Amino acid sequence: MSRALIVRRAGPGLTLQDRGRPGYMGFGLSPGGAADRLALAEGAALLGQDDGLAALEMAGMGGEFEAESDMRIALTGAPMRAAIDGTRVAWHASHALPAGARLTIGGAEAGSYGYLHVGGGFGGDVRLGSRSVHVASGLGQAVESGARLEIGEETAPAEVNRLLPVAPRFEGGTVRVVPSLQTDFFDADQIERFETTRFKRDARGSRMGVRLDFDGEGFHSDAGLSVLSEVVVPGDIQITGDGAPFVLLGECQTTGGYPRIASVLPCDLPTVVQATPGTALRFRFVTLEEAVEAERRAAAHRNGLRSALTPLVRDPHNIRDLLAYQLISGATAGRELEET
Amino acid sequence: MSDTGTERQEAASDWPKIRTVGVDGMLVSFGDRLSEPANRAALAFRAALDRAAPEGVEETSTSLVSAYVRFNPVHRDHAGLRADLDALVQERDWYEADLPQGRREWRIPTVFGTDLAPQLDEAAEAAGMTAEEAIASISETVVRVQTIGFAPGQPYLGELAPEWDIPRQKALTERIPEGALAVAIRQLVLFSVSTPTGWRHVGQTGFRLFRPEAETPFVLRPGDAVRFEPVSRERFEAMKDDPDGGARAKELT
Repeated sequence: MSRALIVRRAGPGLTLQDRGRPGYMGFGLSPGGAADRLALAEGAALLGQDDGLAALEMAGMGGEFEAESDMRIALTGAPMRAAIDGTRVAWHASHALPAGARLTIGGAEAGSYGYLHVGGGFGGDVRLGSRSVHVASGLGQAVESGARLEIGEETAPAEVNRLLPVAPRFEGGTVRVVPSLQTDFFDADQIERFETTRFKRDARGSRMGVRLDFDGEGFHSDAGLSVLSEVVVPGDIQITGDGAPFVLLGECQTTGGYPRIASVLPCDLPTVVQATPGTALRFRFVTLEEAVEAERRAAAHRNGLRSALTPLVRDPHNIRDLLAYQLISGATAGRELEET
Repeated sequence: MSDTGTERQEAASDWPKIRTVGVDGMLVSFGDRLSEPANRAALAFRAALDRAAPEGVEETSTSLVSAYVRFNPVHRDHAGLRADLDALVQERDWYEADLPQGRREWRIPTVFGTDLAPQLDEAAEAAGMTAEEAIASISETVVRVQTIGFAPGQPYLGELAPEWDIPRQKALTERIPEGALAVAIRQLVLFSVSTPTGWRHVGQTGFRLFRPEAETPFVLRPGDAVRFEPVSRERFEAMKDDPDGGARAKELT
């Protein structure tokens, strides 16, 4: 019997996302996948399952959902107001969603992209090795009101009410970049100004990239706009015709003619992704060695997420259907911390 | 040809060049401007790279004159991969390489001008031709897929006659339709998705370059030869239901 989550009301920009489609750059298709990749790992840790499963990405706001059967959920990424049958539930946490229960998720309180994960992961068509919608290429489509989202079989121990302490990445800040193949098209003054300028995330932006706003004159490269189209990767910071930086994200084009001043470290990209319009961002160059070390530490952090989980302390007065919950923890195989 | 000779000499001095792309990529470039030898070198080098499969490489691609490698820098250091790439660069004269095997020649029916492709006159004028001369010039040139990029399955095609060395327009066209043929800098782009562009829209085809549901989702391959055959609007409309838009291919090698 198939299990499913019914979408009673879909906010704008709901899409199923997993780790995307690496391997198709040579065919002109960028990897796409969850805009905030760390949120995908956090949801997987909360539910004790593989981080390759698809989650529902919510751009700015959620929607209203109904469980067709008993299931587990986890909420990660940009914190949004969430309630189960009217009772507020914690973000960065896992919860039971019993059959018939209504989950309502409102607007983001900080950050841009929130994620709803389910135990077993969302099903849906796998195309070119992924369930991710690639909006820019018209590959797949957004989830709309009335949709019935199929859910895979649970393979993990069915634990819920876990909380994951999350370091803030929803308020902008300093983002580390490395010099890339066109950085030397910009002279030392331009580079220095780029590092000392306080940028603000512009309202213009999508899963392809975000434009940055700032005071002062535009940036320009000595090579002008006559450079040959060359490889573009997510994280690249393009200087467009009007002199404003544009940070490219997972659904960016795969080649481009605008010169790129720097490239954001993959582990710092969630900070750019989650910045809301008006949020301040600064860029700091690091060496390639420092960048690799930062990536190494980020990978270790992702691998250690499961051991960072804490029990979610809830006030029993707020739990309406107290008896429906399993209150004894530890009723699992007890091996989940060893499993990676 | 003396032109090619100059390009080769230039290439010998500074190129090929290996540079990093972001944190987890490297790029082997065979020049800083488009030339036939540099394009062939990039295609052949990537094919050799795929065969050699150096440790840690996760993905490769080509742009017009470069081969790109993505790898996991946490598992393989930059110096090691660079040494592997350098050894492969030294292996032969890549500028002498043949075009890829398994190439095809495509004939793609195209409506030039009309309201379907409204910038034909403007592009022809920029190239110093009448609209009729422009249609003849483009449709009689067998162009080659130099790379696939920007959008899924989307080819950069060239090279057109020198008259077509016209710049991109200053302002962007807000939306160019799927199947649009556009021109700039002696190249054509056949658009696989509807997108903004700075290239001028001179022809319209019914050719679907990206078919996510099909066994072969990306139809064209680098090295393929293409001719854009002028057809009437009536014939174009009649072929609407064909995903190839009436296009036909034959094997070249």
